[in-house]
Amino acid sequence: MIEIKNLYKNFNGTPVLKGINLNVPRGELLALIGRSGIGKSVLLKHIVGLIKPDQGKVLINGIDINSLRGKLLVEIRKQFGVLFQGGALFDSFSVYDNVSFPLREKTKFDEQQIKERVMHELEQMGLKNDGHKYPAELSGGMRKRAALARALVMEPSIMLFDEPTTGLDPIIGQTILDYIQQCHQRLKFTGIMVTHEVNKVFNIVQQIAMIHEGEIIAQGSPEAVQKQNNPIFDQFVRGDTTGPIQYI
Amino acid sequence: MNWIRTLGRYTLSGLQHLGRYGLFLYTTLIWTFSSPLKVGRVIEQMSFIGVKSTLIVMLTGAFTGMVLGLQGFYALSKFGGESMLGPTVALSLVRELGPVIAALMITGRAGSALTSEIGIMRITEQIDALEVMALNPYRYLVIPNVIAAVLSFPLLGAMFDVLGIWGGYLVGVKLLGLSSGTYFGEMTVYLSSKDVFHGIYKSLSFGLIVAWICCYKGYTTEFGAKGVSKATTQAVVICSVLILVWDYFITSVSF
Repeated sequence: MIEIKNLYKNFNGTPVLKGINLNVPRGELLALIGRSGIGKSVLLKHIVGLIKPDQGKVLINGIDINSLRGKLLVEIRKQFGVLFQGGALFDSFSVYDNVSFPLREKTKFDEQQIKERVMHELEQMGLKNDGHKYPAELSGGMRKRAALARALVMEPSIMLFDEPTTGLDPIIGQTILDYIQQCHQRLKFTGIMVTHEVNKVFNIVQQIAMIHEGEIIAQGSPEAVQKQNNPIFDQFVRGDTTGPIQYI
Repeated sequence: MNWIRTLGRYTLSGLQHLGRYGLFLYTTLIWTFSSPLKVGRVIEQMSFIGVKSTLIVMLTGAFTGMVLGLQGFYALSKFGGESMLGPTVALSLVRELGPVIAALMITGRAGSALTSEIGIMRITEQIDALEVMALNPYRYLVIPNVIAAVLSFPLLGAMFDVLGIWGGYLVGVKLLGLSSGTYFGEMTVYLSSKDVFHGIYKSLSFGLIVAWICCYKGYTTEFGAKGVSKATTQAVVICSVLILVWDYFITSVSF
């Protein structure tokens, strides 16, 4: 379960998060939407303890992640799988080595078990024959899929996805979303997915939250949020250039 | 009163930076002695920092020795002391020029690459990825480099010394006609194991300085490609200055 309580964060005097409150019950997947550069990725980094808040708490299964150090922090992070926006694959490793890396470092699996798990993930991502390639040899979409395979290979109980389908063609994008849904049903992880493809995730997620000007302005089930008639949410989902959100 | 405020701000900022450098080194040393070593990574980095710097160190060593041979012979011949060319070349190289120039060369070749590699890992979130996998980035990125540098620098320094002495021999004996017996004979009289250890201690400390600064600058890189280039430049400049400053202090202590 992820609970965010009254979270504030400033960067060089500029407020980015202004009292965020968010609750993701155990086993549910939440889509976090909002304009580019509004602080969605910053919020994800707070959840995993990479950024410390100026004020407020991030509770993971009731434990404040920012109060943890050393082994306790390591233990809680073992529960996480994170798909970074740019993939964050290790440049000097092949795709296979990238995906097998957490298994090698964090489990006592033998080589055969590692191979089975890695090949299964790569097959799901359509990268069965690309395990030997290095990240620099992959397209943006392939990189993202490899990163997703790495994030899921440990079968985490908490998953954070930072724009899993951005930069992918619609078919691969949909395949990835279907796979995330499949994994969610199988692993029952608690998750947050930052995305701009609101309409495509309505059927996958149990909750949607919209962040606007540092605050959560709408949260609930996809159906409930749509019925709220929130003009900011509606404009964002429709992609209108006119409305309360001023881009230029 | 504004200048006092500005001075105070710069002083505080400088102290804050120094504190961060210190904390980074402290954390590195703590983890070095308290976590299992990634031996494979250490060997990999020894190959990168050490083996791949061999050619440039040998080349610069040989030419430094040759120049020392020429200049030494010129200066010594002013008072008929040409027979002291061997000890002059050897002492200058073993105590001073070997460790210092080798360290400066490795900083330019490997130190800059370390900073940019770690810096790129920082800006592309690869270090964040290690952290969220509950893995310690120091163990994977910093400690292997520190150990590899501390082990490689003395070896490369020794290589520099040997090639330098050989360069001095080429010039002094083969070119300027000094007898090889005089060149090497006097050397064994004046060069002691204390001088050799002095050079080794210097190289060890330079290895630690270069790995520490270069890893720190890479680890704390910010703001895209420009940030990486800035961090790399700063790392090379700081290392070069620190090598020379530290060299003075270590020499004066053991003078």
